[in-house]
Amino acid sequence: MTRFVLKRLAGMALVLFAVSVIVFLIFNVIPNSDPAQRMAGKNATPQLVEAITEEWGFDEPLPVQYAKTMKLIFTGGLVSYSDGTDVDERILEGIPATLSLAIGAAVIWVVLGIAFGYLAAVRAGRFTDRALTVLATIGISMPVFWLGAVLLYFLTYEVELFPNGGYVPLTEDPLDWAYHLVLPWVTVAALYVGLYSRALRANMLDAMHADHVEAARAKGLPEGQVMRRHVLRNSLIPTVTLFGLDFGAAVGGSALLTETIFSLHGVGQYAIESTLGLDLPPIMGVTLYAAFFVVLFNALVDIAYAYLDPRVRLGSSAP
Amino acid sequence: MSAPLLSVRDLRVGFGTEEGLVQAVGGVGFDLAPGEVLAIVGESGSGKSVTARALIGLTRAAGARVEGSVRLRGEELAGRGEAELQRVRGGEIAMVFQDPMTSFNPVSRIGTQIAEAIRAHEPEVGKGTARERTIELLGSVGIPDPGARVDSYPHELSGGMRQRAMIAMALAPGPSVLIADEPTTALDVTIQGQILRLLEDLNRERGLATILITHDLGVVAEVANRVLVMYAGRVVEQGDVDEIFYDPQHPYTWGLLGSLPRIDRPRPRRLPQIGGAPPAPISPPPGCGFHPRCPHQFGKCTQLPPLQARLEGAPEHLDRCWLDPEEKRAKRQVEGRIGLEAPSR
Amino acid sequence: MSRGPAALAWRRLRGNRVALAAAVLFALIVAFCLAAPLWSSGVAGTGPNEPHTVEKIVVDGQEREVVSPDGTPIGPVWLGASGKFFLGADGRLGRDEMVRLMYGGRTSLIVGLSAALLATLLAVAAALLAGYYRGKVDAAIARGLDLAWSFPVLLLGIALGSALAVGGLKLGPVEIESGSLLLPILIIGLAYTPYVARPLRGEVLALREQEFVEAAVSQGTGPARLMLRELLPNLWSTIVVFFTLVAAQSLLLEAALSFVGIGVQAPDPSWGAMISSGFALIYTSPLLTVLPGLMILLTVLSLNVLGDALRDALDPRSQAQLEIHTGSYEPELEVAAP
Repeated sequence: MTRFVLKRLAGMALVLFAVSVIVFLIFNVIPNSDPAQRMAGKNATPQLVEAITEEWGFDEPLPVQYAKTMKLIFTGGLVSYSDGTDVDERILEGIPATLSLAIGAAVIWVVLGIAFGYLAAVRAGRFTDRALTVLATIGISMPVFWLGAVLLYFLTYEVELFPNGGYVPLTEDPLDWAYHLVLPWVTVAALYVGLYSRALRANMLDAMHADHVEAARAKGLPEGQVMRRHVLRNSLIPTVTLFGLDFGAAVGGSALLTETIFSLHGVGQYAIESTLGLDLPPIMGVTLYAAFFVVLFNALVDIAYAYLDPRVRLGSSAP
Repeated sequence: MSAPLLSVRDLRVGFGTEEGLVQAVGGVGFDLAPGEVLAIVGESGSGKSVTARALIGLTRAAGARVEGSVRLRGEELAGRGEAELQRVRGGEIAMVFQDPMTSFNPVSRIGTQIAEAIRAHEPEVGKGTARERTIELLGSVGIPDPGARVDSYPHELSGGMRQRAMIAMALAPGPSVLIADEPTTALDVTIQGQILRLLEDLNRERGLATILITHDLGVVAEVANRVLVMYAGRVVEQGDVDEIFYDPQHPYTWGLLGSLPRIDRPRPRRLPQIGGAPPAPISPPPGCGFHPRCPHQFGKCTQLPPLQARLEGAPEHLDRCWLDPEEKRAKRQVEGRIGLEAPSR
Repeated sequence: MSRGPAALAWRRLRGNRVALAAAVLFALIVAFCLAAPLWSSGVAGTGPNEPHTVEKIVVDGQEREVVSPDGTPIGPVWLGASGKFFLGADGRLGRDEMVRLMYGGRTSLIVGLSAALLATLLAVAAALLAGYYRGKVDAAIARGLDLAWSFPVLLLGIALGSALAVGGLKLGPVEIESGSLLLPILIIGLAYTPYVARPLRGEVLALREQEFVEAAVSQGTGPARLMLRELLPNLWSTIVVFFTLVAAQSLLLEAALSFVGIGVQAPDPSWGAMISSGFALIYTSPLLTVLPGLMILLTVLSLNVLGDALRDALDPRSQAQLEIHTGSYEPELEVAAP
């Protein structure tokens, strides 16, 4: 098992390298505008543009550019030329809010997603299933930012049930922290509850027709036990893979628009603000930051999968 | 003769599909006594597996319509509630499936799955006791080093070991009837004999009644006491194993016997087959299901022959063919042995 | 008596009332958007980008300002001004919301569906190549897909969108201007290619192992023929299902990117951009935010429902289709006469 883990982590390093190349291509190679101008952003003065060209190596061959760009990123030298702030500092500042949003939403979506998916599968075809499926399908069909805006309007303005956005650090006041996060959590979770309940339902419906399920019934096990021990358990394994990627992305700030609508000032909102101003260095930074977490969680999920599914872990050794 | 352990009368199973109602099993009946091995023979689609599953109410999951009577020790099972049937499944009537690889949960240890069977029927048994009994069971079915094997995952065992484990799992709650659905089909020929031997031994030691479902007449000849031959959802011939092999009364049975390669005869130029194919379940032929493929069919065959004893002195030997016994004796001789000649078309 | 899989699927689909409703809904939305020029010239008398900030209109006999002095646009007028400003004005610029909704829909649908088409084409190509050549080619393509999948889709869209916002794209001979619709189509199409490619690749790899393919290879069939004649026809059901689902996702991504300003660029209207401008006035005119989002929801919903229904209809093992037909079966009477 340890060898598997090490191999997987080594693979991760390789993927991260490839990711950095792609980010480099996206920001420095394929756009059809002067790179230094692009990086300089709004306040581009000729001196600034020259300085940037020097620092990033825009007048040098691509591999050198790549090396210089990576050096900038990994030595904390990425700077937003529009407002002079350090990109990595701003990202660090935003992490608590992003993490709070990701973890809270994840708890909600895992619990509800599994509960709804399980219910829909065991009552397949009946009213409960139809109702849950309708809700789930609506959940994945809404623009997330629109849901956030609608919730914001109706539940903080029309009816002043929740605060009007903003983030309160956990260390300051846990209750207030949660109070401010309820609507953002619901907004993010809505999509994922829909996705996960649909995925689990589909997996379970497939698993229900497996031979070993019939064998379990033939043993005289009550139907509930058959569903839990032999259908649900087997169906959850692929859900774990899905969760790893989605949670990794959430930690990386994929809930950007929700953060923005509710003014949480997390990593995602930082990216959005930079996008509105076409300030590229922060976007580069956040993209790499997010990809890092997705890749990390991808590797963790593979390791978890190997642990959960003994066929992967032990290898098929039957003659 | 003591009352039969299991008594089935006019069992019918139908499935509703998009294309209409499919009658998978149309009127099967038999008795089973302790210590007996009843073989149900037929090709794929003959309804033999559906019959077996219907006995313990497993077809409910697929939305089938089941009619008829199934009595265990005189008590009627048909129409019983789920809770009652769960007690019967495994506890009274156990089933061994064809493919042990897919019949075990791949992510759960076999010891766990066997203990699960025990505790489902004896909830007062603790985990430790259940584990001990599991190890004992694994040993009794011939698995070496059961103390270590109990924690194995299904894919870690060889095919033969898995099938033995599956038999152990079926026997764990102490049933009186064992249904084995093609228990040797997925196994190597060399292992098949071992498993059959095991089933025979267990049958004798524990006084089980066994229903063996197979398409392999060689297996039938080895272990069965009585035989049910099924075709297109109906029983076409039924009786003692010797009667069926030496005095078969139905053309389909002749065809089955005739297609067996024989060591004691010269090699035929072509391996004999039964011409044609089984009818599509959605559109069965009128009358006898086999008559479109039967070289001996005649006008009356479009009326369904009743399943009855037509031989004097063999009241237990039933068949479903209009031909009278002398005609049968004559027509079944093909090139010096029992067989079915090709249709004259 | 047995029908081909396509005919069977079609029959199942026709019997699925929910799917039919979704198809009708989608058709209505498309019709709604296509009717934009008709409404614009025939009823509203204005285009999607024409401002009417300082104008007044006559509503039920009364004269009212399109945009009040404090910047609040007029709410839905319905038929009060014979169709003008049917849904009100869209903000400080006083543009006709109804007209913008229709034109915005056109743009969003064009971008969304084209992006889905692009993603599907690229995915089919990648899957066929990976599946046919297997080995190193497959490994490379699989790695590539995994790599693309390492970026959260929205973030990837934002990265590409913001980088290409100023000057557009230049990749070898391919040049796309920054205001062109091709840019968001390309960005969204690329972002979703892995979404379609992964399941397709899995299927092609499975097909590749089957005997009919081995037989064709041994007969000397060339790669192009094999991919197009043997492999591709077996992929249609997956392609159709995934095209529908990815179209739904593309619409959502386009809305998100346009919301942030790097998807569809002004002056082209888009539902996503409308939500953005509406959000600024959410407390005074919530309808401006609700309406475009509702349109997106309905369109995406109908596509998702259709995609699901297609998947169910085309699945040969669809157990859910088994139903008991009661009352139409007469048990056959066994003649037990001598």
